[in-house]
Amino acid sequence: MPFKSTVGDYQTVATLETFGFLPPMTQDEIYDQIAYIIAQGWSPLVEHVHPSRSMATYWSYWKLPFFGEKDLSVIVSELEACHRAYPDHHVRLVGYDAYTQSQGSCFVVFEGR
Amino acid sequence: MAKKYDAGVKEYRDTYWTPDYVPLDSDLLACFKCTGQEGVPREEVAAAVAAESSTGTWSTVWSELLTDLDFYKGRCYRIEDVPGDKESFYAFIAYPLDLFEEGSITNVLTSLVGNVFGFKALRHLRLEDIRFPLAFIKTCMGPPNGIQVERDRMNKYGRPLLGCTIKPKLGLSGKNYGRVVYECLRGGLDFTKDDENINSQPFQRWQNRFEFVAEAVKLAEQETGEKKGHYLNCTAATPEEMYERAEFAKELGQPIIMHDYITGGFTANTGLAKWCRKNGMLLHIHRAMHAVIDRHPKHGIHFRVLAKCLRLSGGDQLHTGTVVGKLEGDRQSTLGYIDQLRESFVPEDRSRGNFFDQDWGSMGGVFAVASGGIHVWHMPALVSIFGDDSVLQFGGGTHGHPWGSAAGAAANRVALEACVKARNAGREIEREGRDILLEAAKHSPELAIALETWKEIKFEFDTVDKLDVN
Repeated sequence: MPFKSTVGDYQTVATLETFGFLPPMTQDEIYDQIAYIIAQGWSPLVEHVHPSRSMATYWSYWKLPFFGEKDLSVIVSELEACHRAYPDHHVRLVGYDAYTQSQGSCFVVFEGR
Repeated sequence: MAKKYDAGVKEYRDTYWTPDYVPLDSDLLACFKCTGQEGVPREEVAAAVAAESSTGTWSTVWSELLTDLDFYKGRCYRIEDVPGDKESFYAFIAYPLDLFEEGSITNVLTSLVGNVFGFKALRHLRLEDIRFPLAFIKTCMGPPNGIQVERDRMNKYGRPLLGCTIKPKLGLSGKNYGRVVYECLRGGLDFTKDDENINSQPFQRWQNRFEFVAEAVKLAEQETGEKKGHYLNCTAATPEEMYERAEFAKELGQPIIMHDYITGGFTANTGLAKWCRKNGMLLHIHRAMHAVIDRHPKHGIHFRVLAKCLRLSGGDQLHTGTVVGKLEGDRQSTLGYIDQLRESFVPEDRSRGNFFDQDWGSMGGVFAVASGGIHVWHMPALVSIFGDDSVLQFGGGTHGHPWGSAAGAAANRVALEACVKARNAGREIEREGRDILLEAAKHSPELAIALETWKEIKFEFDTVDKLDVN
């Protein structure tokens, strides 16, 4: 009988930090994450960058952080507008926390090519 | 009015038991759990502790009249019953700020837990908590970077960080060791860690390890597009060697080094923390020897005190136990001291073992590190207990994966992200943990195999050191 190994080969993948190991989110799942950001009192912020620069500390802001925005649909349409304007860029959503001056949440919504 | 010298032995309580004293905001307060020898009154035992940990000695001496000892003495100002324990009691002692050198944790501990612990009138003595006055805290540098800066440096947001210790912990050559680091990091971990026992042994000298590890970290960063790090253990026999290793880590462009703060000592730790601040390095802190000091419920020092001392001495990450893994740790008590590491103000809360309000002022926070005997099935509980400002470290739970460390790392990363995503979406992750992990495993063969491998492992022994409650 020929030897058959049960060991799989793990292939390295290039990922984009938080949630990089999960399958792309559905529309509803993205809504849930935006709702979480708003419920924490954080300001939503949309950033984008060309994939060749994805490890840079600074990605470009899309407009300005949406300080105090509580309307989920506004954020969704801004994400989509950013994606339309820069279709080949990564687009990420940040929950900016002014109290800690950190990002309470941050994940890529659209992956560029 | 000047006092007269009266040679002889006075009872401690005449001088050091002052129930009417109202502590000052600038006093350093301590709570000791005292168990006296039979027949010795509580007030005398408590006053003896106050005396022996501050200005007193067993006999009256003439030279104390050269100063105003009432200004310098420690005072026991309150005695309380220990719930559910008839033989022990809590003694609350206030120490004037001027008893301690600015910025010196070493000095504070030398006084508070020095000779007094060997005192014959006591059977047992345990330092339960210290309230550090803000005036003292402002003289300490604290964490070299703090939580916010560490997140910015490592580009990790919105989730706990993920790490693991390289195994086997002893006996690998430098090149083989670097291989294991590379496997873990390419599989999706943020950090790997030198085991605490790894210093510079014959099978693997430190310089050789540092070089191979640096190459592994760099390669994993290039291939994954994510920031990576390895805690390079700089703990050494002498401070000079410790700094030499730290300098070399920096030269190699590494982001983080490591120190064992109890075996290495507070003076070495505080020095290394200051070096890290100056040189832009993160500092991971291990706590070998802590259980010798903190595990016995009636004698020694509670870990919350050691955790507070570390935050003051300086470190960006500190091991805190896991609550759920193979090592000792009561849940409420652990929550109590991880607050002390991360928050800017922690209120008195006896249900969490915090005996005092503690104001940390503007001092940076320390990541809580959960490490030891944990695997993917523990992930929902760990995310729920430790929250985002933590590092979750799976050693056996990474390297023990049937496909190897890279697949083990990926399984943990998928499980972690699935739990964070579910929590954000409003799910109760501890109750629904099983479903969340099984759903995530549909997209990850690595996770599916990990769940199968560790499904039977549990660590359910009763905690030895419990909080004192009825």
